[in-house]
Amino acid sequence: MSDDIAICTQDLVKRFRTLRGMVTAVNGVTLQVRRGETYGLIGPDGAGKTTTTRVILGLLKRTAGESSVLGYDSMRNTYEIRERVGYIAQQFALPADLTVQENMRFFADIQDVSAEEQQRRIPELLEFAGLTHFTKRLAGRLSGGMKKKLALACSLVHEPQVVLLDEPTLGVDPVSRREFWNLLGNLRAEKGLTIFVCTPYMDEAERCSRVGLMYQGRLIAHDSPKMIKRLVPGRLLEFTPSNFVPARQIVTGMEGVLEVQTYGVMLHLFVDDVARRRQEIAGALAAQGITCVGMREIEPRMEEAFISLIRRQSDQSHGV
Amino acid sequence: MARDTVFGGARKSWKRVSALMRKEFTQLLRDWRTLVMILVAPLLEMFLLAYAVSLTVDHIPTVIADLSLDTRSRDFVNALEISGFFDVDLYVADESEVIRAIDEGRARAGVVIPPDFSVHIERGDAQVLLLLDGSDAFTLQSGYGAALAIAQAQATELMMEKISRRGAFDIGQLPISTSTRILYNPDMDDMTFIIPALAAMLVQVVAVGMTAMSVVREREVGTIEQLLVTPVRPLELIVGKLTPNILIAAIDLACVILFGNLWFGVAFKGDLWLFVWLSLVFIISGLGLGLLVSTVTRTQKEAQQATAVLMLVAMMLSGFIYPRAPMPPLVRAVGNLIPLTYFNNIIRGIVTKGVGLTFIWHDTLVLIGYAILVMLLAALTFKKRLD
Amino acid sequence: MAFKITGTHPIEVKDLTKRFGDFTAVDHISFYVNRGEVYGWLGPNGAGKTTTIRMLLGLLRPTDGEARVLGYNPATEAKTMQARVGYMSQLFTLYNDLTARENIRFYGQAYGLSRAKLRRRQAEIIEMAGLQGRENILTGNLSGGWKQRLALGCAIVHHPQVLFLDEPTAGVDPISRRDFWGLIYAMANKGVTVLVTTHYMDEAELCQRVGFLSQGRLAALDTPRRLKETHMRGQVLEINTPDPDRAMRVLKAAQESQRLPLDEVALYGAQIHAVVPAAEEFRQPLKDLLNAEGVRVNAIEWIAPTLEDVFISTMERL
Repeated sequence: MSDDIAICTQDLVKRFRTLRGMVTAVNGVTLQVRRGETYGLIGPDGAGKTTTTRVILGLLKRTAGESSVLGYDSMRNTYEIRERVGYIAQQFALPADLTVQENMRFFADIQDVSAEEQQRRIPELLEFAGLTHFTKRLAGRLSGGMKKKLALACSLVHEPQVVLLDEPTLGVDPVSRREFWNLLGNLRAEKGLTIFVCTPYMDEAERCSRVGLMYQGRLIAHDSPKMIKRLVPGRLLEFTPSNFVPARQIVTGMEGVLEVQTYGVMLHLFVDDVARRRQEIAGALAAQGITCVGMREIEPRMEEAFISLIRRQSDQSHGV
Repeated sequence: MARDTVFGGARKSWKRVSALMRKEFTQLLRDWRTLVMILVAPLLEMFLLAYAVSLTVDHIPTVIADLSLDTRSRDFVNALEISGFFDVDLYVADESEVIRAIDEGRARAGVVIPPDFSVHIERGDAQVLLLLDGSDAFTLQSGYGAALAIAQAQATELMMEKISRRGAFDIGQLPISTSTRILYNPDMDDMTFIIPALAAMLVQVVAVGMTAMSVVREREVGTIEQLLVTPVRPLELIVGKLTPNILIAAIDLACVILFGNLWFGVAFKGDLWLFVWLSLVFIISGLGLGLLVSTVTRTQKEAQQATAVLMLVAMMLSGFIYPRAPMPPLVRAVGNLIPLTYFNNIIRGIVTKGVGLTFIWHDTLVLIGYAILVMLLAALTFKKRLD
Repeated sequence: MAFKITGTHPIEVKDLTKRFGDFTAVDHISFYVNRGEVYGWLGPNGAGKTTTIRMLLGLLRPTDGEARVLGYNPATEAKTMQARVGYMSQLFTLYNDLTARENIRFYGQAYGLSRAKLRRRQAEIIEMAGLQGRENILTGNLSGGWKQRLALGCAIVHHPQVLFLDEPTAGVDPISRRDFWGLIYAMANKGVTVLVTTHYMDEAELCQRVGFLSQGRLAALDTPRRLKETHMRGQVLEINTPDPDRAMRVLKAAQESQRLPLDEVALYGAQIHAVVPAAEEFRQPLKDLLNAEGVRVNAIEWIAPTLEDVFISTMERL
């Protein structure tokens, strides 16, 4: 394996035994995270993101395949990995009845950080996370955003080369979410830290250098956000029809309309040729007495791309 | 070089354990409400239980139907009252009224003395009817025992009186003189019997409950996941978590024993150091049991319920209240699974009887074996991973 | 806001205030919502979103101010009003040990629906939520998207005219979220008024009007498009460079030394977003700075702000 790969999985499979039989949570995932990049594992709840992360860390046994971090096997060299990575679990999982400072010290001691190093690093990390004024506050009394920042600071206290973050912004408000991502960006730029992050928020994909889209245990695409958006054929046309339901029926199946997505009161159409189809669509709707407001071409976002990719995958698996 | 890594590994390991212990202590001290509960509750419980679980019941409210109303019957009633077991505060006309008084809860024992009591006594076929409220086992037992003893004492006295009237024997020359000496408990004081066992039981509750709860809580709030991804080894986690609990349980035990000594006057007769070491083994076995409980329960509530069930079983089957000898073998075997069963004998042996290892080596051996086994089992089932 | 309570809009709020001790959770909020409008609220946790909704539902008594929901005063006519409004919280208050059908029946009975009507509504809601074939599965075993639509179904079992949704899409996959918004708009088209709070920027974009809530106050309120035009301070430049990490360090240093007036510099994957007072004016200085530090620049483009950019910008000015 080449030296610039931080995390690597090969045909990774994880099955769970449940009351209703075996469930395949991770189904043949192959991914590589390069050193110094921010890799986002993105997908809805239940897609298998958390399970993948836990298997990579050796918190769960894998059923089949390979997984390693920094060249250490997840199953055989668990403790070598644990000394070199930082991790934030999905739930806030720091002792809530210890203060911010005590939490930092605890994780520093556990990770064998010397007293002198602690003197230097802990204030630095607290400063970086904006928690300097809260050192004596109990962790359980912090706001959601601050809890996540404390968890991040604790996971960095042993200066790991890689951090794995499991939905670090779940349930965090937009302002704190943005702050948190700015922190991650600074870490990457300043320390060259490798960041592996799971998130259900499609817009957070834009913050990653590369993303893997996960759905129902499979990695359905992985590439840079820009390239993923290019995987979707056609261009995106947006408009608000005056009468939604019949409008959707009319445009579905029109020539050149590759895909129809609804977006609130608006319709999002993937078309092969914007200039040409624009006229045809407006004309076809006008013929039925439907007017269109604000028809324009927009850049597809990660969410449109994701929905389109999922649809195509399930179409394939159903043989359509 | 190899020695260096071993030494370095041990040093790192110790550092992690001490970090865990410091965390546990900090959390313990921070949650002072729980800490006070853990320390004060056993004292409070002992105080309440010691009085409530008093095994012999005295001052039983008693109703009398004396149909003779002669000297002999009055002597008998007097003897009942003087014994201290019966408080005669109601006189009624006949047997049916005695039963009604017990039914209505005005009395828990009734005595019916038939007519012509003196005549029957002279003839030697006097009978007294004793009615006891059977809904309370302890009243039944104590009342029955006391009444029997009093009747016998009276009968002996009468017999001696009769005999001496005939002039055949002198009082001092009774053919048989029965005297019972109650071993180790000369004042027949229940406390000597209850306090040590109670102390052991309360400490067991604390050891099992506290351990099970603290582990399950970490699992429930998810902190265990964050700990497992650090270099902490499962065994270190166990040691770090349990050490503070050992200390708390030991303090608890010391408090209860001291309190029993100062308040209830239960003397500590045996070897203190022997007691300390064996208590440690007992506490460790309790912690191991707590760990096992934590591996089979998922929520704090479940852990609490499991602990409660365990305690109920311990109370019933360890010989704390009910003697184990008459139990059916299967039930007794269940009792064998609880460390309290062995420690009961040890603590009663050392505290009450003041005996040394020679007399309790069997229980000691079993307890040590138990502690090792349960810890081993707990360490093996304690998961390194989440699945 | 010069606006009087008239009772003509389904939701009217005037100077609504709620204090808990010293803490002012909601601070003189005034707004109205039109019939059939989908009105959204965006704000950090603790901004007062849930508290306001609870006051409008008659679950909390306002400290000050007035509110009318469908012409009723929630503080005094809660029960009459509650029969005409629906509420769905982020917790999806469903009974996990009842089936989907039983949940609908329970909520229908709680709202006092007749047996015939209940049967009809049950069928309608199961169809609406796409639960056909899953009616008899225990709710706890349904996945997020189904649960969410079922919760919505239970909230509207009594045909409410006003619907309050408090973070209804937390933790649901994007396809289900799209479907959910389809349902919301289908109801709005039938004249149901919807007030919805969310953490998702893209959902806020879907609302006809959006209010930014912060520290109990309404910081901005308009259509998403107008908000982007009027409430963004500065403009966003997207910098494309082969070495974004180094570029980032350079720009951070420039921001700290105030060499350039950079409101925000943030890494977006392989790009950097820099918020400057005016895009055209600062494009060249930015490029010069990076080149001087030896960072190659492929392109610097002026991009339209997202609603999140606008939101952050508004919040920072408060």
